[in-house]
Amino acid sequence: MGVTILGIGVLTWITFLPVLGMVLVLLLPKERRDAIRWMALFFTGLQVVLAIIIFTKFDHGMAGINTEAGMQFVEKVPWIDVKSVAWFGRIHIEYLLGIDGLSVVMVLLTALISFVAVISSWTIDKAVKGYFALFLLLDTGMMGVFVALDFFLFYMFWEVVLLPMYFLIGVWGGPRREYAAIKFFLYTLFGSVLMLLAMIALYFSVTVYIDPAGVIHSVADATKMGMQGLEKIYTFNMMAMMDPGNYVPDSLLAGTNTSWRYIAYIALFVGFAIKVPLVPFHTWLPDAHVEAPTAISVILAGVLLKMGAYGMLRISFPMFPDAMIHYSWHLALLGVISMVYGALVAMAQTDFKKLIAYSSVSHMGVVVLGMASMNTPGMTGAVFQMFNHGIITAMLFLIVGVIYDRTHTRGLNEFGGLMNQMPKYAAVMTVAFFAALGLPGLSGFISEAFSLLGAFQTFRTLTIISVITIVLTAGYMLWVLQRVFLGSLPEKWKGLTDINGREMAMLAPLAAIVIFLGIYPSPVLDLMNSSMNFLAELLQHAGSATLMGLQ
Amino acid sequence: MAEQILQDLQLFYPELALTATFLVAILADLIFRRTSVVVSGIVMIGFVVTAVLVLGQSDLHASIFSNMIAVDPFAHFFKLVIIISAILIVVFSLGSAELNSPNRKLGEYYALLAALTLGMMLMAGASNLLMMYLAIELSSISSYILSGYTKEAPDSSEASLKYVIYGALSSGLMLYGISIIYGLTGSLDIYTINQVLAEGDISGVALLIAGVLTLAGFGYKISAVPFHFWTPDVYEGAPITITAFLSVASKAGGFALMIRFFKVTFIDSSVVTLPEGAWATFEGFEWYHIIAAMSVLTMTLGNLVAIWQNNLKRLLAYSSIAHAGYMLMGVVVLNNQGLAAILIYFVVYLFMNLGAFYVVMLVANKTGSEDIEDYKGLGARAPFITVALAVFFISLTGLPPTAGFIGKLYLFAALLNSGWVWLAVVGALNSVISLYYYVRVFRNMYLRPADQPGPPLVFGKLQTAIVLVLLIPTILLGLYFTPLVQLAQASVKIFGTP
Repeated sequence: MGVTILGIGVLTWITFLPVLGMVLVLLLPKERRDAIRWMALFFTGLQVVLAIIIFTKFDHGMAGINTEAGMQFVEKVPWIDVKSVAWFGRIHIEYLLGIDGLSVVMVLLTALISFVAVISSWTIDKAVKGYFALFLLLDTGMMGVFVALDFFLFYMFWEVVLLPMYFLIGVWGGPRREYAAIKFFLYTLFGSVLMLLAMIALYFSVTVYIDPAGVIHSVADATKMGMQGLEKIYTFNMMAMMDPGNYVPDSLLAGTNTSWRYIAYIALFVGFAIKVPLVPFHTWLPDAHVEAPTAISVILAGVLLKMGAYGMLRISFPMFPDAMIHYSWHLALLGVISMVYGALVAMAQTDFKKLIAYSSVSHMGVVVLGMASMNTPGMTGAVFQMFNHGIITAMLFLIVGVIYDRTHTRGLNEFGGLMNQMPKYAAVMTVAFFAALGLPGLSGFISEAFSLLGAFQTFRTLTIISVITIVLTAGYMLWVLQRVFLGSLPEKWKGLTDINGREMAMLAPLAAIVIFLGIYPSPVLDLMNSSMNFLAELLQHAGSATLMGLQ
Repeated sequence: MAEQILQDLQLFYPELALTATFLVAILADLIFRRTSVVVSGIVMIGFVVTAVLVLGQSDLHASIFSNMIAVDPFAHFFKLVIIISAILIVVFSLGSAELNSPNRKLGEYYALLAALTLGMMLMAGASNLLMMYLAIELSSISSYILSGYTKEAPDSSEASLKYVIYGALSSGLMLYGISIIYGLTGSLDIYTINQVLAEGDISGVALLIAGVLTLAGFGYKISAVPFHFWTPDVYEGAPITITAFLSVASKAGGFALMIRFFKVTFIDSSVVTLPEGAWATFEGFEWYHIIAAMSVLTMTLGNLVAIWQNNLKRLLAYSSIAHAGYMLMGVVVLNNQGLAAILIYFVVYLFMNLGAFYVVMLVANKTGSEDIEDYKGLGARAPFITVALAVFFISLTGLPPTAGFIGKLYLFAALLNSGWVWLAVVGALNSVISLYYYVRVFRNMYLRPADQPGPPLVFGKLQTAIVLVLLIPTILLGLYFTPLVQLAQASVKIFGTP
C-alpha cells in the first residue's frame, strides 16, 4: 500500500519538498522578502497537506517496528551498489523510506511544527533569503530522520540537521549566539560520531542475502529458500539489524549481553541522550534555546529533541533489547533525574525562555522514564508525550516570542498585571501553561499519566520519586502566570497591544489540538497502538529469552 | 638487456613525457624570457599529455628497469591523483596574484613544477630503495626552490631554508636506514629484501632501527608527527599554489612510497590462513604499532594546534597534518580494506583540500590577506565562494552529505572491521575537535560583521568554474560514491604481493 504523486512516493515528497522550496527561494532575488516568505509557507503548507493524506491513509492495524512488510508507504530504491571483490563483500545501500505507528506521529508533528514556525518567522528581517533557505533544509533533515529505515540514510539526515541549525542560531540569534551555536554543534557532533561508530559496528555484524533481483532476504528466509542464487551482503537495513538471526556468529555485536553490545548500546545512547537531552548531557540546550530566534526555539523544542527519543525507540530498543533491559533502570533513573532537576532549575529562572528550556528538560525526562518502562502504556505514553510536548512547548516558545517582540525583554520579574492589558494573550497562555503542568482535560495530562502508569509497573520507587515533579511543575508554571498576569501593571507596559491575527493564526490551531487531544486522544493513540504493543512484546520476548539464557 | 630496457620504456611513457616537458620548458624559458605564458602553456600541455598517458596504463601489472619501478594499479592510482592535482595547480598558478606580480619571471616556476611532478610520479612507483631515495630527493629539491619562489617575501625565504634543513636531516636519516637495510640483507631491491627476511636470520632489533630511520624519510614527506616541524612554516611561507600542491600531491607520493615499502618488504607471503585481503607481517616486525602511535599523535597534534591558528594557510597546514594522521589509520589495519580506505580518502582529499586552498587564494588575491580576522563579513561580500569554502570545510570535517564523510566512513569501517576500536574512537573524537577550528572560519564569514564594510568581491566566470569543478565532486561523491569505491578497490593491487 502506498500513495504516489507523479510516480514518486509520498514520503519522498514530504521529505524533499522543502529542498525544492529551498532551491526556489535561492532563485528569488533577495529583495523580494515577501515572496520568499510566502514560498516557504507554501512548501511547508504542502507538507502539512501531505501529512494529512498520510494520516488518513495510515493503516492502524499494521505494527511495523522490525518487519519491512509491516511498514507503510514504503519506498525502496537501490542507491549504492558496488560489486563484490575478493576481500570486501558487495556494498549495497538502499534508499529505504517507510513509516509505522512510531514514526507517523513524528511525521505529523514535524509537518505541523515546521508550518507554524514559518508563520512565526514572518518577523525575521535580517537576510530573509538565507534564513528561509536554511530553514527549509533543516526541515528536510528532520523529516528524513523520521522516515528513513536505512541506518546510513538515517545518519545522513541526522547530520544534515546540524549545519542549518548552527547558522540559524548563530546568525539570527541573541547576544550570545556564537557561543550557543558552536556549543550545540560540538555537543551533537560528539554524540553523532559515537553513533557513527556504533552504526559501522552493526554493519559488519549483520548479514542478509540478496537475490539477483535485488531483494533482501533475512538469513532465516534464505535458509528456507535453499540459498539458490543468493549472495551474502552486509547491510544498513534497520529491520535486518533487529533480527538476531542475521548476526554473524563471532562478529563484534553477535550474541546477547556481551560487553561489545553494551558498549555499542552506550555509544548510541550518548548520541541520542545529547539530543533528548538527558541530564547530564543537557547543558547545550538552555544556551541554544535562549539565544535562538523564536521560530528556531520552536523547532528545537518541538522536533529536534524528539529525534533523540525517537532514535532510542527506533534503533536502541529493537536492535539492543538485551542491553536495553540491562540498562533500563539506569535509563529510568536518568529520566527521573532530568524530570526533577529540570523542574528545580526551571523554578529558579527569571528568564522566561530559560525557564521554558529547563521545563523541556523536565518534560523530556517523562518521555525517557515512560519508555524505559518497556511496557505498552509506558511507551505509548512516551510517544504521545513526545507529540504533546512538541505542541505544548512550541506554544510556550511562541508565547515568549510574542511578549519579547513587544517588550524586548524576557525578565519574568519585569512583568505584572498583563491579564487586563492582553486578555486574548492571557487566554492562550493559560491553556498552554495548564497543558504543560498536566491539567486533566488537556493533552499533556494523558501522556504523562500513561507514562507514569507504565513506569509505575516497572520502577515503583523511581516513579514515586518522579511524581514530585508534578508538584514542582505546577509550582513554577503557576508562579509564572502569577508574575506575568496578576499584580499591578508596570507603567512602561501600559501601551502593549494584544496578540494580532498572525500570532493567533499560529497559536490557535495548536491550542485547539491541545484541548481536543485532552478530551479525545484516540486519533493519535490509535495510530501508534499496534506498533507500541508490538514493540513491548518484542522487548518482553527478548527479556524472557535472556532470562532463559541465564538459567 | 638493451632490448629489455627499450621494452620497459614503453611502460615509462608518462614519466618520459614529464621529463620532456621539463626540458622543453627550460629551453622555452631561455627563448621567451619575457613571456612566461609560453612556458606555462607548454607545461600545461605536457601535463595533459602525461595524464592521458597515465590513463592508458590502467590495468598493468609489471616491474620495469630491473625492478627499479613498479607499474601496477596502485602506482597508477597515485599517479592519477598527482597529475590531476598538478594540472589544477597550473590553473591555480595562472590566476594567482601573488605569483603574477609584474617583475617576476615565472618560466622557471613552471619548469620546476614539472620536475616536482616527475619526482612525485616516481615516488608512486619506486620499488628499489635507491630509486625511492632519488625520487624523494628530486621532488624535495624542486619543492625547496618552489616554496621560496616569492623571494622578496621574508617568510618565503625562511620557509625555503627551513624546508631544506629539515629535508636534509630526514633524508640523511633515511639514507642511514637504507644503508643498514642494505648491510643486513645485501640488497636494495624490496622484493629481494622480502625474500631475505623470509629466510629469517636477520636481527630484529637492527631491522627495527633501520625501519624507523627509513620511516623518517616517509614521515617527512607526509608530514607525520614527529617529522612535521617544517610543515606549518613552509605552508605559510610558500606561495599558496605550492602549499596546495605539497599538501595533496606530495602527501600522495609519500603515502604511496611508504605503503609500498612496508607492504612489500615486511609481508610474509607464506602465511595463507588469514582472511582474504589481510596481510601477514613477519613475526617480530610489528611496525604497525609504531604507525598507530604516529597516527594518533599526528591527528591529535594537528587538530589541537590548528585551533590556535589565525592565518588560514597555517590553519590548513595543521589541518593537513591531521588528515595525514587520519590516513595513517588505514595503514595500521594491515589489509586491503584499510588500503582502499586510504585511496578513497585521497580522491576526496584532493578535491576538498585543493578547493579550500583555491578559495583562500581567490580571497587573498582580492583582499591581500589570509588572516581569519579579515574573513569577517565576507559571507555578504562574496556569497558564492564563501558557501563553497563552507562546503569544503564541512567535507574536511567529515560531515555528510559531503565526500569527506565517505572518506572517514571507510577509514572507520576498516578499523572497526579489524578490531581497532580504540583507534577509531580517537579518530572520531578528532573530527569533533577539527569541527571547532573549521567553524571559526564560518563564524567570521557569516556571524560577525566586517570591521570596515568592504565592497562585494567579484570573481570571473573562469574562477567560478574552477571552484565548481572542485565543489561538485565534493558534494556528489558524498551522495553517490559507487565509482569512487570501485576505483579504490581496483587500485589496491601492488606488484609483487599476493
